[in-house]
Amino acid sequence: MLRLRPLLLASAGAFALSGCQYHVLSPQGWVGDQERNLLIISTLLMLIVIVPVLIMAVYFPLKYRADREDMSDYDPTFEHSNKIEVVIWGVPILIIVALGWFTYDYTHKLDPYRPLDHLGAGEPIEVQAVSLDWKWLFIYPEFGVASVNELAIPEGRPVNFSLTSSTVMNTLSIPALGGMVYSMAGMETKLHLIADTTGTFPGRSAHYSGPGFSKMTFDTLSMTDEDFNAWVAKVKETGGELTRASYLELEKPTIDEPVHSYASVEDGLFGRIVEMCVEDGKVCMGHMMMQDELGGGGLAGIPNAAAYSYDRARTIDGFGNLIDLPEPEVNAFHEAFLNDPDAICGPDFARTSARTEEKNNG
Amino acid sequence: MANAQPAETFSPIFGRLTLDWIPYHEPILIATFAGVALGGLVVLALMTYFKLWGPLWRDWVTSVDHKKIGIMYMVLGFIMLIRGFADALMMRAQQAMAAGEAAGYLPPHHFDQVFTAHGVIMIFFVAMVFVTGIMNYVMPMQIGARDVAFPFLNNFSFWMTVAGALLVNISLFVGEFARVGWLAFPPLSGASYSTGPGMDYYLWALQIAGVGTTLSGINLIATVLKMRAPGMKLMDMPIFAWTTLITNVLIVVAFPVLTATLALLTLDRYFDFHFFTNDFGGNAMMYINLIWIWGHPEVYILIIPCFGVFSEIVSTFSGKPIFGYKTMVWATACIMVLSFVVWLHHFFTMGSGASVNTFFGITTMIIAVPTGVKIFNWLFTMYKGRVRLEVPMYWTIGFLVTFTIGGMTGVLLAVPPVDFQLHNTLFLIAHFHNVIIGGVVFAVYAAVSYWWPKAFGFQLSDKWGKRSFWLWFTGFYFAFMPLYALGLMGVTRRMNSYPDPAWQPYFIVAAFGAVLILGGIVSTFVNFYVSIRDREQNRVGDDPWDARTLEWATQSPPAPYNFPESFRVNGREAFWQMKQQGFKWSGHYTPIHMPKSTAMGVLIAAAALVFGFAMVWYIWWLAILSFAGMLILGIAHTFNYNRDYYIQTDVIAATEKKGATA
Repeated sequence: MLRLRPLLLASAGAFALSGCQYHVLSPQGWVGDQERNLLIISTLLMLIVIVPVLIMAVYFPLKYRADREDMSDYDPTFEHSNKIEVVIWGVPILIIVALGWFTYDYTHKLDPYRPLDHLGAGEPIEVQAVSLDWKWLFIYPEFGVASVNELAIPEGRPVNFSLTSSTVMNTLSIPALGGMVYSMAGMETKLHLIADTTGTFPGRSAHYSGPGFSKMTFDTLSMTDEDFNAWVAKVKETGGELTRASYLELEKPTIDEPVHSYASVEDGLFGRIVEMCVEDGKVCMGHMMMQDELGGGGLAGIPNAAAYSYDRARTIDGFGNLIDLPEPEVNAFHEAFLNDPDAICGPDFARTSARTEEKNNG
Repeated sequence: MANAQPAETFSPIFGRLTLDWIPYHEPILIATFAGVALGGLVVLALMTYFKLWGPLWRDWVTSVDHKKIGIMYMVLGFIMLIRGFADALMMRAQQAMAAGEAAGYLPPHHFDQVFTAHGVIMIFFVAMVFVTGIMNYVMPMQIGARDVAFPFLNNFSFWMTVAGALLVNISLFVGEFARVGWLAFPPLSGASYSTGPGMDYYLWALQIAGVGTTLSGINLIATVLKMRAPGMKLMDMPIFAWTTLITNVLIVVAFPVLTATLALLTLDRYFDFHFFTNDFGGNAMMYINLIWIWGHPEVYILIIPCFGVFSEIVSTFSGKPIFGYKTMVWATACIMVLSFVVWLHHFFTMGSGASVNTFFGITTMIIAVPTGVKIFNWLFTMYKGRVRLEVPMYWTIGFLVTFTIGGMTGVLLAVPPVDFQLHNTLFLIAHFHNVIIGGVVFAVYAAVSYWWPKAFGFQLSDKWGKRSFWLWFTGFYFAFMPLYALGLMGVTRRMNSYPDPAWQPYFIVAAFGAVLILGGIVSTFVNFYVSIRDREQNRVGDDPWDARTLEWATQSPPAPYNFPESFRVNGREAFWQMKQQGFKWSGHYTPIHMPKSTAMGVLIAAAALVFGFAMVWYIWWLAILSFAGMLILGIAHTFNYNRDYYIQTDVIAATEKKGATA
């Protein structure tokens, strides 16, 4: 690694001077640094075999062209050589073994789920990031504040992200700090990053998510602890309230949402977002899974479907407008079933559902 | 969000299709439609004037001859290449313009359809169609067969592919296409977040074309295994026949996964199932796993036949057998197996644990070993050879250089922590275009210039072939090297506009590259035109390249029966041996048993097209009718006992004599 360092510094320096933001090559945090190092190690390892191949690919056809003067080296039967076979299998295998070792090591070291405590940096800060259609909501549970389309973090302190999404998949990507992880509705994923310097770094969703996707960008403001505290204080003074009701308003699809912030955040909001039960009358995922575990609602549960329904209320058209769909009605078939299950499902059904009922109660 | 989608209505006769769905307010689409309609009318008029309808129907549409079907696949591929490339130019133009505050000329609603259509068309209706066409044309002759194992099935497979392609193109003028990316990840592609017919066009087009692909896969496997000339062992087959076998095994194993995955999504969208929804316990991650379990083998389905093409070309133009034949076969077989254990590398960023990511990262890197060995084999085939630098060799050397670079960036992306940074960036886009253009497109061009004289009896223009090569080659580097650079800045794919104006110069260079590639494509068509015009001057014999495999033992163009007599093969490079031994056909012909043309393939496929359209628009009565039509036609065909005929010895003798003097 020591031998690589001057090279790494030189290349990083060259790109820094070029004026363009090669964030992947000159990142501003430990995670990104490590990922960049691995990128360069892997490239160099592969060049051991790539460079000779490229040279041979051009040199062989020129050297052995049919109209050359001296044809004495033409060997029309040369089609096998154990020596060459050993080299062409052996060298790539050795390179892959080396690369595999680096991969194993770095993949465990840089697992996005692994907290950055081992860096011995400052106290970590929690950020709950929610991808909405089409903006980012960042909740700072330790401070009880939240911001939209702007992420503020203190420099030199690990940031522990918890990610989720309100509807479709997105990815939280801040290339200057390091890798990305998907955010998905009904699920919570983790990402750990750190900024080593102050500055403003672009962030965005890196997974296509619909009409407003391109505008799902935000600035990451990395600042000193003091400035960060001042930022929190300012938000506390000027922001609105993020309650379950105002979240449901915020969650409605918008494109190119301006930056704004919230001075307070209702307790447990993020948990409810993950479990898709911010709205009153919706069953949380955890409860639903428990009910399923116990055998589910069965056909008798169909009239309660609205309590489990989530996507339907968020239906959009191709331009990102909400489509107002009526609540699904319990249709005639279900009505008939509820009045007389035996007539539709036969007497066996009644016994099975009675058993389910028992299990649920027991 | 000023615009809105037409309201969802339903009539028993037209389903949800209303006039509002005809995009007459979109000037780009109106102009395209006018162009297509005008061009179509001119073609129709010319065909009527020259009385070509009869020959077209008799000799091509209903033909079960693998060579004609192969050529029709190539024609379809080139037509769809124009469509797919038009999408590419539109994207490059949009991204060259839409920096900072500028919005460009394509709103997201349109841009998102364009990139989805580009991906779907280029993979399913260009690359797949091209490789299927080449396999169809070349492989049966290489193994000394008269046709594929199931000639009618072959015709049917082709027309099902056409039906899928037509459905995609209909979406341009009736309704809209999907706005989901080429793999249509849910929940975005589900009923709630992709309303309208676009996503349904996607599903039915791929399902219909998928039937064709799967059946064609079965057909070609049976052909390789059962139809080889007497005496030809598997280990005597040309490398291209091997790659065809391996590709089709991949098709038969992988495509049912795609069919099932899309069927599950169809159930979600049409019948309110919840496989991949957010609510009711659905899980989109299942879809992403399933689609990539098909999707990764799919990229090998595209590239393995191309490896076969290059193997044939390198060996012929170096005047040597392929170096390390057995290694080549085993390397390809390794790739076949390994391609099924790497799918997760497409979503390292989903949050699987470090151990899972490591496993899939390393399996992916392992594939680089057999692939690298193949590259060395081609290099050492040239070593100590007599390399004739004809147009097919230009493409081959272009491939060796370009594909090697693409392979390297591919291995970079296989390293999970590197992928965390580069996933979904333009680096990824540059990588897969690097291997698909450098691998598949270059191979198709090499194959067309190599086998054209076999198919038509005259050569393509050398001058235009080289122009086409240089424009494609340089165009590729101009178009995609800037995307690598942008990827290293962390620039995300599929952005309709972007905030940072510093990226714009790179996008402009990329757009310039796309224009060079346009020049390459135009040169191709000019090449076809001048070569056909000057065909009399360009006539060549049956074996213009001094080749080594059996397809060159036939006439150019080959007679319907390919080989006039049955013959024995002893060992590899059968045709080379024949030439060494001064082989001549004996002239003692026996009648040849041949399959008859049939219109049933195109009729069933037409019914499938109507069915797809009806399903997209919820026209239930028509869907039921056309589905019943498919079944009835299929059953009716089983009662057709008039399927074969004999080519009599006098006809064979006359054909062979004519060929000898041509």
